[in-house]
Amino acid sequence: MSWSDKEPMISVRNVHKSFGDFEVLKGVSFDVMKGEVICIIGPSGSGKSTLIRCINALNDINEGSILVEGLEVNDPKLNKLELRKKVGMVFQQYNLFPHKTALENVMMAPIRVLKEDKKEVETRARALIKKVRLEGKENAYPGELSGGQQQRVAIARSLAMKPDVMLFDEVTAALDPETVGEVLVTIKELAEEGMTCILVTHEMGFAREVADQVYFTDQGLIVEHGPPATFFENAKDPRTRQFLSQIL
Amino acid sequence: MTQRSRSHDAPPKKTDMAVMLPVKRKAHDPFRLKLTPWHGVFLALVCIFTTSYGYATTAPEVDSIRTVMLRWMPLLLEGFLFNILISILSMAVGTAVGTILGLAQISLMPPIRHSSWFVTQFFRNAPWLVLLFFAMYLLPFEFTIAGATIPFPDWIKAIIGLSLPVMANVSEIVRGAVLSLPSGQWEAAESLAYTRRQTLWLIILPQCVKRMLPPWMNLYSILTMATVLASIVGVSEVMTLAGRVLAAEDGRTDLLAPLYSFVLFLFFVYCYPIARWTVYLESKFAVKG
Repeated sequence: MSWSDKEPMISVRNVHKSFGDFEVLKGVSFDVMKGEVICIIGPSGSGKSTLIRCINALNDINEGSILVEGLEVNDPKLNKLELRKKVGMVFQQYNLFPHKTALENVMMAPIRVLKEDKKEVETRARALIKKVRLEGKENAYPGELSGGQQQRVAIARSLAMKPDVMLFDEVTAALDPETVGEVLVTIKELAEEGMTCILVTHEMGFAREVADQVYFTDQGLIVEHGPPATFFENAKDPRTRQFLSQIL
Repeated sequence: MTQRSRSHDAPPKKTDMAVMLPVKRKAHDPFRLKLTPWHGVFLALVCIFTTSYGYATTAPEVDSIRTVMLRWMPLLLEGFLFNILISILSMAVGTAVGTILGLAQISLMPPIRHSSWFVTQFFRNAPWLVLLFFAMYLLPFEFTIAGATIPFPDWIKAIIGLSLPVMANVSEIVRGAVLSLPSGQWEAAESLAYTRRQTLWLIILPQCVKRMLPPWMNLYSILTMATVLASIVGVSEVMTLAGRVLAAEDGRTDLLAPLYSFVLFLFFVYCYPIARWTVYLESKFAVKG
């Protein structure tokens, strides 16, 4: 089912989340339209990662509502598997399955979860590996690949599930500086193809280049947001300005 | 100076800094005996002592120790094979039930998790001999199912008795291995819409096998050595047979040392290679993770 362009694909309303006594999210709201690329930036501990982990129910929320293509994430009767088929996620630590080759990593979920035909999946998986520029590495095990290569396999693995939205949780933070670029190129191509993306990132230059909207979070709240040109040039809130001056 | 640092064909300068030296890996041979001369001295002393003691006390009209030993060796070997059979079957039963128990320990349902934890801890902290007695005297000697009477011999009860502590230890090995995997593996699987069961069987457990193998083999060695406990409850394994041999030879005290040294030797020959192989696997898996 393809989501209409008129309503937000993802609608986050007044989300609160606590770990024990510590309130990480203190009422966050935002919308993501189909095809939009959202970058979430902010200091460590401001709740960025928690926020996107809530979108595919890796963390549950204490209060508020998150609608993903009409599915209410905060519903106790939510079918999490249905939600996760729509939402792909890539992690900072890649989390590839080390006992499977790159190709198997990509092929496993469509075969086992979506019960698709093995041959079709293999064709698609090989195409995806080509797309992330890892041709020839199909039979390599994750331990034999560099961080950047592993991360691109992880992206291909997620895309093989044909998600409608991709979540990227600081995907370049664990990489060597020289391999960051190859991963960002892959994400940029995805964004240009119209994939709806939510990225938590510290790569300001990249956010500026690909984002439709940039959100700045601090202490569990969205302080400010806007299109990258306005956001990076004319930040209004003093906290945003201070953060940007430290990082740029 | 720049020229020298750039030339690749210059011989490497000698250095005394460890980090600068090329890494030398020792070739690993799992079956190489790591025995020192002291082990040899010890074994030689045991031999000299037992034989001289034997000759000193042997009257001329009885058979020599060698003749007696050769006469009974086939029987003792047969008994030892029975020990191995008991160990293999106990290990099989204990591993099968222990794996289920270990997985129950990580169940999301608290009653299952708590009860399996209790069972594990109960049998893990019980003396093996007591568990063996427990199985021997609480299990019936025969079953009657639909009119047919099925005998339930002692050696099967011994297998059940020994498999109880194995089960509890395997349960802990499984639980520990599952928990030792990074949580990112679970999260990645979750985000790809795998069910919990699929995650466990397709992603978590295959990675655990490697981690579980060395402690599992260790446990098997311990179990094999513990099979002699079955002699106390009358199973005809090697220790029981050694006792009978002694009785058949009119309780000659000069036979004690060679007889039991032979039994010790059998266990050593069987268990030592397993121990070496375990060490080898541990070192092999330690690097790759």
